[in-house]
This record gives sequence, structure tokens and C-alpha cells, in this order.
Amino acid sequence: MVQIKRLQEEGADIISVIGEIDASSSIELDLAIAKSVGEGFKKILVDCSALEYISSAGLGVFMSYIEEMKDKNIPLVLFGMKEKVANTFQILGLADLLNIRENKQEAKKLANELSV
Amino acid sequence: MNYQYNIGCSLNNLKGIREFIRTSLRDEHVPEIELSAIVLALDEMCSNLMIHAHHCNPDHMLELHIEIPNQGKFIFEIVDDGSVFNINEFNEPELDNLVHQKRKGGLGIRLVKAIMDDVEYLKRGNKNVCRLTKLIKAD
Repeated sequence: MVQIKRLQEEGADIISVIGEIDASSSIELDLAIAKSVGEGFKKILVDCSALEYISSAGLGVFMSYIEEMKDKNIPLVLFGMKEKVANTFQILGLADLLNIRENKQEAKKLANELSV
Repeated sequence: MNYQYNIGCSLNNLKGIREFIRTSLRDEHVPEIELSAIVLALDEMCSNLMIHAHHCNPDHMLELHIEIPNQGKFIFEIVDDGSVFNINEFNEPELDNLVHQKRKGGLGIRLVKAIMDDVEYLKRGNKNVCRLTKLIKAD
């Protein structure tokens, strides 16, 4: 249902989320972010360009990391969302609470600014 | 038009529910963004019921009904015989509280209420019916 790939670019961990995240698969996203934090990455980007669907279980994962990332000074930036996925974030007003950018370049720029 | 789908209470079946909604509404000219929101609301309601009323027991069944009484009006019913999980009795948590408590739940109810025009609960015989109504204006 969901496939998660990680690769590293310029000191940032990029987590690519491919497929659909619902109540049965949100744990995969949670584990991937936890692993990235655990491995000591100081910038975490989430590539949502192949994310076809997200339900509240997945949104809850991102929400649950907001404070931890602030405390540890690790920018978490999401990018590349399709409109139907972005709409889910907008319905809940999460777009203001999370760092969301159009593309990888802008996401890296924001992560760099935030990690200074 | 009427459609029906019966499914066991396993979270692995949520994908099937999403496909059922999409397939049933395929010819109804629902704009993609609205259709995605409807699919999401039904996924949220069914996963809530599966988790809270049926403890994800795959032998427990949910019946999904879709009724389209006239163009632009969609009635979705989820019928079960578990304990009633009435989202109207839950206060939506404030987003700030969710962030501070690092809670992963509580967002689904907020989504359903934001997407659907009406959420009501009724009894039919010894079954519980959760009825969600969505109105969509023609383009």
C-alpha cells in the first residue's frame, strides 16, 4: 500500500512516500521519520510527489513530530504534494502548522534557513 | 442509484472501501477534489468504527450503502451492530492541543464534519446506521 524510500542529499535525509497512507499503513511513515531522527539527521525532507492519498492517521504522524522537531531543532519540510493530497491538509488547517513547499529545491532552501 | 458493499472490520480493507466509493461515483460527474474528500470522509468513519466499535475484528461486518436520490445529493450509510460511536458526541480537539500532546488521533472527526453536510445516527431494527449526507452543486 505504501512504499517508503530514503536517500540523502547535501546532509538532508529525504523520505519518499509512495502510494497511500491510511490507518493500516501510517505506522510505516512513523517508523521512517523516527529512524531518520534516530540516525541523527539534522534536516528531514518528505517527498510527497508520489503520495496518492493520506488520511488523518498519516496527518497525525506529521502533527505528532512538530514539537519534537522544534525541541531538537530539526527542520521537517514536506514537498511536492498533489492537489488532492494538499486539500486534506488544508481542510484541517495544517498547512500553517507544518512546513510545506512546492518542490525539492524550495524545501531544501527552507530547511537550510530553518537550521541556521 | 443504489450501491452496497459489505466488508469485515480489518484496517486492510480500507483500500477496498475507497475503491468502492470511487467506482460507485464514477459516472456522477463529481469533481476530483470533492470526490477525494468524500472518499476520505468514508475512510475516516469506517476506520473509526472498525477501531473503536469493533476492535478491528475481521469477523465483524460493516455494510456500506450509497444512495443518490437526485443529482447532486449523496447519502452514505454505514450499518453495523456494534456499540454506537457517535462523532457528534465528541468535541473536536483543538489543533494546538493535539500538537502539544503529540497525539496521533482526533483529526478524523474534524475531517468528516468539515467534508460532509450532515452526519446523523439512527436505529434500523437492531442495527446502527450512521448516515452521512453530501450535497454537491452542479458545475
